Amino acid sequence: MTALLEVRDIEKSFGGVRAVCGVSFDVREGEILGVIGPNGSGKSTLFNCILGQLVPDRGTVRVNGRNVTALRPSRLNRLGVSRTFQLLQVFPELTARENLILAGQEHRGSRLARLFGARDAGMGAEADRMLDFFRLRRLEDEKAGSLSYGQQKLLDAAMAFMSGSRLVLLDEPAGGVNLTMLADLRERLEAINRETGVTFVVIEHNMEFVMALCSRLIVLAEGRIIAEGPPAEVRRDPAVIEAYLGH
Amino acid sequence: MSTSTSLLIGLLLLVLLALAPVDLNDFGVPYPGLRRYGTYILTLWLVTAIAAMGVNLIVGYAGQETLAQAAFVGIGAYLTAIVTKAGVPFGVAFAASGLLTFVIGIALGFPALRVQKHYLAFVTLAFTVLCWLVFRNEQWITGGVMGIRDIERPTFLGWPLRNHIRFYWFVLAITAIMTFVLWWIVRSPWGRAFTALRENPLRAESLGIDVRLYTLLTFALGSAYGGMAGSLYAPLVEFIDPSPFALGPSLLFMLMVVIGGSGTFLGPFVGAGIAVLLPEWLRAWETWYLLIYAVLVMVMMAFFPGGIVGLLSRLVARKARS
Repeated sequence: MTALLEVRDIEKSFGGVRAVCGVSFDVREGEILGVIGPNGSGKSTLFNCILGQLVPDRGTVRVNGRNVTALRPSRLNRLGVSRTFQLLQVFPELTARENLILAGQEHRGSRLARLFGARDAGMGAEADRMLDFFRLRRLEDEKAGSLSYGQQKLLDAAMAFMSGSRLVLLDEPAGGVNLTMLADLRERLEAINRETGVTFVVIEHNMEFVMALCSRLIVLAEGRIIAEGPPAEVRRDPAVIEAYLGH
Repeated sequence: MSTSTSLLIGLLLLVLLALAPVDLNDFGVPYPGLRRYGTYILTLWLVTAIAAMGVNLIVGYAGQETLAQAAFVGIGAYLTAIVTKAGVPFGVAFAASGLLTFVIGIALGFPALRVQKHYLAFVTLAFTVLCWLVFRNEQWITGGVMGIRDIERPTFLGWPLRNHIRFYWFVLAITAIMTFVLWWIVRSPWGRAFTALRENPLRAESLGIDVRLYTLLTFALGSAYGGMAGSLYAPLVEFIDPSPFALGPSLLFMLMVVIGGSGTFLGPFVGAGIAVLLPEWLRAWETWYLLIYAVLVMVMMAFFPGGIVGLLSRLVARKARS
């Protein structure tokens, strides 16, 4: 399989602190890659460098062979890369359905056509499909801010797929989600990956979740990759155990 | 509320407003119609509401800040006064006012890409002061503190609007068109993008929404509403000087939106109504009006941040639930 995402020698410092030090890896099309590591290991900084939210001091990011380093998030999204955030990022004053339409509307037609065209920007059917897929149909007219935390997490994840992105980066999708909802979320993500071949990169602290979901893991510690491989192999790696348990 | 219901209510309000200055006794309805001064106040309310709609788009829908609306009203008013006195038709002056303030609005929007909240408010405040200084000091074109007098009311398709009722109908028609345009924008996908801008620009950007472009667009559209309101203001009052375009009136536009209901469609009309009509009702108290207005604003901000429209919506929703 070809590499959909190529990350090469990414470095990022904040003052004297080197958050990410020369990280390189590839993500193949259709893969679910997990990025794990202790707090402060540089996972979120790495994500933000890949997604244009931070400009790396060094290194390149390529999507489908195209150099997208430091490209603005909105342009990157239009190239087929979506993300979710560590903290919930739904639009509380909009309904669940409107959140989904919003997540996809900029990918349909020209801006002028969106002004004069249908109110749902032609995303109504896709929003319905996503509501059904994430089992949020009965909540479609509820304001997103009034949904439970777990339901908002599902909505947040669903929004990442509305634009038809081929690469989705999920930042701690399981954070704060109860066990029942967690199983639901994992099952939905696996189904999307299986049915549509969407590629995932997942940052996660919940080991059980990430081990079950991902086919390959990268372990970061102090801004560097210390291990890489299938979950079962990584779990036994002495460097990983030491990084998590400390000295 | 469905689209057809909204349009129907809007049309009904339009008819009622159109009839406000008409003597209906001849039609068997015991209503004498508003007199000249009442019609003038109602026209002023409409013009103020247009400018407040612009502020509401920038502040209420897109979550930005502006203390520059009076400056844009001033630009539109001065441009219209100067060019119509030079013989340019009002229609051209009106369009030019909208276009010029649209372009200046884009320029004023650029700081919003770098600074937010009160810092942005200060940038726009500086712009207002700058414009006011130009209005006051550039006597050769603005007439300075003496202003510009004898601004003619326009003729529309050969129909003179000198008569106060005709001019009121003309302003009412333009207000209706501009209200419809804004209603269309805020209910379109653009409106949804503006809301995203207000609620979470970081997330909006990650969803492919060009936050820069939409920010500039809100400033441009909101400012153009100010400019066009100014273009109607000049022939309404027939004399302009720098005082209505200073910092105080800019703050008043912001307060209208807060009092009426920031981010609600009818908020600017309610807020402008209070700002224009309250001084008339409280005329006997003279400067006490400002104190009453200030107390009203403080109470609204402390207890009803959604403004009067937000409060009424909550009451209606509560009644519907019970």
